[in-house]
Amino acid sequence: MSDFLSILGEEFPQVRSGLWVTLEATVLGSLVALLLSFVLGLAAGSKLLLVRGVSRTVVEFFRGTSLYIQLFWLYYAMPPLTGYELTPLVCGIVAFGLNYGAYGSEIVRGAINSVPRAQYEAAVALNMTPFHRMRKVIMPQAWVQMIPSFTNLLIQLLKCTPLLWLLSAADLMTAIEHVRSRSGETLTTYLVLLAVYFVLAYALTLLMNMLERTAKRRLGLHTGAGSLLKTRTAEAAATAGGAR
Amino acid sequence: MNQSFQWDAVGDAFPLLLEGFRVTLLATVLGTLVAAVLGLAVAVAGRAPSRFVTVPVKALTEFVRSTPLLVQLVGAAAVFSSVEPLTIGIIVLGIHYAAYTSEVYRAGIDGVPKGQWEACRALSMSPRRTWQAVILPQAVRNVLPALGNYAISMFKETPFLAVITVQEMVFEARKYGADHFVYTEVFTLAGLIFLVASYPTSLLMRKLEKRLGH
Repeated sequence: MSDFLSILGEEFPQVRSGLWVTLEATVLGSLVALLLSFVLGLAAGSKLLLVRGVSRTVVEFFRGTSLYIQLFWLYYAMPPLTGYELTPLVCGIVAFGLNYGAYGSEIVRGAINSVPRAQYEAAVALNMTPFHRMRKVIMPQAWVQMIPSFTNLLIQLLKCTPLLWLLSAADLMTAIEHVRSRSGETLTTYLVLLAVYFVLAYALTLLMNMLERTAKRRLGLHTGAGSLLKTRTAEAAATAGGAR
Repeated sequence: MNQSFQWDAVGDAFPLLLEGFRVTLLATVLGTLVAAVLGLAVAVAGRAPSRFVTVPVKALTEFVRSTPLLVQLVGAAAVFSSVEPLTIGIIVLGIHYAAYTSEVYRAGIDGVPKGQWEACRALSMSPRRTWQAVILPQAVRNVLPALGNYAISMFKETPFLAVITVQEMVFEARKYGADHFVYTEVFTLAGLIFLVASYPTSLLMRKLEKRLGH
């Protein structure tokens, strides 16, 4: 144990930069996913059959082929085929973004559909433009519905970042693996690594709960401070997991 | 450099990938079985009358659910290095997904009307009989589609087993790719096999969901 701690101390700069890479992959990957979720989710509600069809195909494609395969495809298969080569971190960000964007689009679509029809009709009656309708009436209500499911996806995405280790992207797992091979403390090392991911997941959940509280406040729904500490809900966990 | 797609490599690798696919399916089926049984046990334990049972159970599932499957797999394989990788893979997949399925069961159990519990008490049924004869048959029926969806998720995460040297489909794909240096073709093929297998299954689950009236 003391061996482990002293080696961890020596390797601390690498571990810290590894943690940074993991966070970078999580944050940038989820931003790509968020953008894609909205593009594909809104396209799924389009009046044009072609737009809907393209959205559906893209979503089913990225959901149906495994994330692992997509990541390896980008890293190993794309360079000989196209001549473009991406760094491991960029591969990760793109693959996480595409895969979770496809799942996220279902969340966006579902949340928009769940806004009561009367809200939409009222906005039409008030002669709002389609953009205005979405921006001021539909989206603020749908957004509140989306956040718990997005929280789950975010945690799922964080949990996939150790895949970067397989592309030797110098992420947290790569750094900790190094500590393990030097110290020989297998069990301790993996327990520490799991604990770090657990803390990260919890911190992200807390941030998302704060976001949800703010979004609810905009709708005039006030929640107590206790809601910040809640863990991910069973129902939302079921939808995100089921959609994975 | 631009290379064209080598179709003969596809034909060459296909039988190998199918061989690996059998291991993939085996891991999915057995992993789902572990997750279904263990998840149910966790959900029932979560309803125990004592806090000394419910609090650790809840904390443990939360921990398993919030930590990466890949780290769990690699860690378990390193700690229990004498056990066969496929066995470790199935058990770890099962435990990881049990953390999710237990929530599904919990929701299913919560969905059983309170009157059913009260009726059992009125008939002075034992707790065991209450669960077996009244609560679980109703709860499990409602959660079947959700469990099926988790099985599909697990199926798509089986490539993680390649990391601990289980010779499933992606392991075979990587090996073939490394031997012949044709990654593009084999990974594309492996991805398409996943798509072809998982898409119809997810459509089936959607149908089942509709039929059960969700």
